[in-house]
Amino acid sequence: MVPITHYLVLSAILFAIGTAGVFVRRNLITILLSIEIMLNAVNLTFVAFGRGFGTADGQIIVFFVMTVAAAEAAVGLAIVIALFRHRESLNPDSWTALKW
Amino acid sequence: MLFYVFAAVAVISSLLVIAQRNPIYSVLLLIASFGALSGLYVLLDAPFVAVIQIIVYAGAIMVLFLFVVMLLNAPHEETEYDERVHPLMHPATMRFGAFLAVVLIVELVWALTRAGSDSTAFPDAVSSVKVIGVLLFTEYSFPFEVTSVLILVAMVGAVVLARREAR
Repeated sequence: MVPITHYLVLSAILFAIGTAGVFVRRNLITILLSIEIMLNAVNLTFVAFGRGFGTADGQIIVFFVMTVAAAEAAVGLAIVIALFRHRESLNPDSWTALKW
Repeated sequence: MLFYVFAAVAVISSLLVIAQRNPIYSVLLLIASFGALSGLYVLLDAPFVAVIQIIVYAGAIMVLFLFVVMLLNAPHEETEYDERVHPLMHPATMRFGAFLAVVLIVELVWALTRAGSDSTAFPDAVSSVKVIGVLLFTEYSFPFEVTSVLILVAMVGAVVLARREAR
C-alpha cells in the first residue's frame, strides 16, 4: 500500500491548485469551484489520516465537511445569482462599492 | 499502481478546471476530479466516503453548479480586461508568488523523500458503514443535529438571496 505521505502530498498539491484558482481567476463561479477543490483536498487529508491511525473519525469529519460544502455552494450560488441580476457580470471586480 | 493513476487524473483535471475559460467545462472536469478522488477513497478503505463523494458531491453539488452556469448563460471571462488590470500582475507580487511556489515544491519533494515504504505499519482499516453510523449517532450526535439546522439555514438563505425583489 502507498504510504500516507503520498496522499498528503497529493492533498497539498490539490489545495495549492485550488488556492491558485481563487487568486488568479476573475470569475465568481470558477472561484467557487476552486473552493470546492480545496475542500476536497482537506477531505483527502482527513481520510488518509483516519486510515493511518486506524479510526473512523476521519470519515465522519468528511461527512460534516461535505454538508458544510453543500450549504456553502447553495448560499454562494444564490449570492452569485443575485449579483449577476444586479450588474450582468460575473467578474468580482465589478462590485467595489464597499471597498475602502 | 492504481494510486498514481487516480492522483494524476485528479491533479490534471483540477489544473484544467483552473485553466478553462468556459465554466461548463470547468464543472465537468471537476466532476472527473471528484471521480478520481472517490477512487482514492476506495484505496484508503473508505467505501462510505467514496460513495457519498459520488452521490452528494458529483451528483448534487456539481449539478447545482451546472444549473447556475446554464441559468446565468454568461460563459466567457473578459480576457483583455483580465490581462490589463489584474491585481496580481504587479512584478513584486509575481516574484513573491514564484518564491512561495518554489518553497512549496521544495517542501513537497522533501516530504516525499522522507516517506518510508513501511507498508506493514498500517493498522486495521475501519471501513464498515455500521461503525460509522453508530459513531455518527452516539459520539457525534450533537454535530449531526447541528448539521440539520445548518442545512435548514442554508436553504432559507438561498431562497431569500436568490428571490426576485418585488417592485
